[in-house]
Amino acid sequence: MTQPLLELRQITVSFDGFLALRDLNLSLQPGELRAVIGPNGAGKTTFLDVITGKTAPTEGAVVFKGRSLIGTLEHRIARLGIGRKFQSPRVFEKLSVQENLALAVSQPKQPWSLLLGGLNGQQRDRVQQLMSIVNLQNRADWVAGALSHGQKQWLEIAMLVGQDPDLLLVDEPVAGLTDEETDLTADLLKSLAGDHTVLVIEHDMEFIRRLDSPVTVLHQGHVLCEGKMDQVQADPRVIEVYLGTTEEDNG
Amino acid sequence: MLQAFQQRRWSLVLLWVLIVAAIIAAPAVLPVFRLNLLGRFLSLAIVALGIDLIWGFTGLLSLGQGIFFALGGYAMAMYLQLNSSADLPNGIPEFFSLYGVNRLPGFWEPFHSPVFTLVAIWLIPAVLAAVLGNLVFRNRIKGVYFSILTQAALLVFFNFFNGQQKLINGTNGLKTDVTQLFGQMVGSPEMQRGFFWLTAVVVILAWLFLRWVVRGRFGDVLIAIRDDEPRLRFAGYNPTLFKTIVFAVAGGLAGVGGALYTVQSGIVSPQFMTVPFSIEMVIWVAVGGRGTLVGAILGAVVINYAKSLVSEAMPQSWLFIQGGLFILVVTALPEGVIGWFRGDGPRNWMNRLGIARRSPTYPRLEREGQQEVQP
Repeated sequence: MTQPLLELRQITVSFDGFLALRDLNLSLQPGELRAVIGPNGAGKTTFLDVITGKTAPTEGAVVFKGRSLIGTLEHRIARLGIGRKFQSPRVFEKLSVQENLALAVSQPKQPWSLLLGGLNGQQRDRVQQLMSIVNLQNRADWVAGALSHGQKQWLEIAMLVGQDPDLLLVDEPVAGLTDEETDLTADLLKSLAGDHTVLVIEHDMEFIRRLDSPVTVLHQGHVLCEGKMDQVQADPRVIEVYLGTTEEDNG
Repeated sequence: MLQAFQQRRWSLVLLWVLIVAAIIAAPAVLPVFRLNLLGRFLSLAIVALGIDLIWGFTGLLSLGQGIFFALGGYAMAMYLQLNSSADLPNGIPEFFSLYGVNRLPGFWEPFHSPVFTLVAIWLIPAVLAAVLGNLVFRNRIKGVYFSILTQAALLVFFNFFNGQQKLINGTNGLKTDVTQLFGQMVGSPEMQRGFFWLTAVVVILAWLFLRWVVRGRFGDVLIAIRDDEPRLRFAGYNPTLFKTIVFAVAGGLAGVGGALYTVQSGIVSPQFMTVPFSIEMVIWVAVGGRGTLVGAILGAVVINYAKSLVSEAMPQSWLFIQGGLFILVVTALPEGVIGWFRGDGPRNWMNRLGIARRSPTYPRLEREGQQEVQP
């Protein structure tokens, strides 16, 4: 096995004594596509917060490309090559579609380089290309706030891709999308895997099935099991946490 | 679409022609007193432009711009005082003798130099703003807490300057109108006319500079900071750096405005750092229109002109009018007057009066095979 792109070792996150994550281990190989599922409150979003530097783990190590991320500021982690799409789409609503994407593809992201010049030809082409991938060419000059929910989702995915990260963390990309859009999103993410490493958090089981990737199940801040979708769905522990149990069963 | 665009362009060109014409004609038309007032208000417009940059575009509501405004004013006044005190006893400004000071305090020394002063007017406030701003921004203090901190800083500076008689004449401030510049009295009508032109040119330069700053990706980042700062971090941008830069720019502009205001009002004093004055600055921008640079200029000039006219006629009533204006803007015109004009404001009114051209509906657009238009 090659060196993993991302490795989480024994991560524990405690919010005033409440353990959002406990002793969580996970590693991603370069080029891998991984799905993460888990019931509400399983710690899925906290887990992304830890990787992207939003939340500092109480214990444990996050290693990306052989480098520890603990104590690194969010924008530095992003520049190292970790991109994130948020659960509810977070695009810059007062900026146009084009401007949103321009900010994503801009390189370097320093004030003076943004002040002293526009996008270069290659970056402009990239913006056009991204808009056509997510079918927003006709909306280039719309402010993002005027887009529909699905279009915002796609715009944010396009922004994420435009950042050209090595690792894409995608939180609920198909929430609120139509079936057709869901399928297209699954195809897009699958096409990204290989060149990129993609981690998808999602509730939509059909979507996960379509991704056809290894699945990690989180439960109460802990990895419950890992495996193919069929294996995971057949696992009695998974059924238990999804369908609910009584207190005695837990004890 | 194109027609509307061209119309807009024309009205903009017309607006600017009017403004430039007004500036050129003002000294011929206005009596010296009025001209001097207009010059002062234009210097306030420079401060307002800075506030628009940090508040209108970046979402940083500073209630402490008076600090930077006053620092610029003091820098200017110190130079003028020194420039005019060569013949006085000890060769130092007159007020020092009141407090038994015989030697010039050390920090006054560099202000003998006109070059140093010209740089200090904007650089000292800008550096102070960068240092204060960075401390606050790096600790991710924002929103109302940032506003409170800036107001607290303002009070600290106000009290400090008020108490330092032996250093900068304390609460009395430094007078400039009887000082000399280029062998002329600063308060003379000729000099005042010169300062009016200078101020008008600086306002236009500041406007052009900020327009360049807010257009393009740098401006987009500022808007992104205002609307969703955490999200921007995950896109690889460092908001702290951008905020520090714009806060320093706004501080520098406030310093320039303060210096120009000082020479035209004839005095700089800790009164420049009172809490209400800094809040008024914010009101000018809110009324004119946050995020519209022209709005900041018009807000500062028009409100202050109205203030002086109203105060002459009915001395007690201005505060009520100003308060009413602020309430009106907050409730009815959240985008300010210019923002209202640029947005849907006029169309909504025409709709209400039943004289608006109705916009085509989607089915009709499709039938005509037009491209979709932005709602």
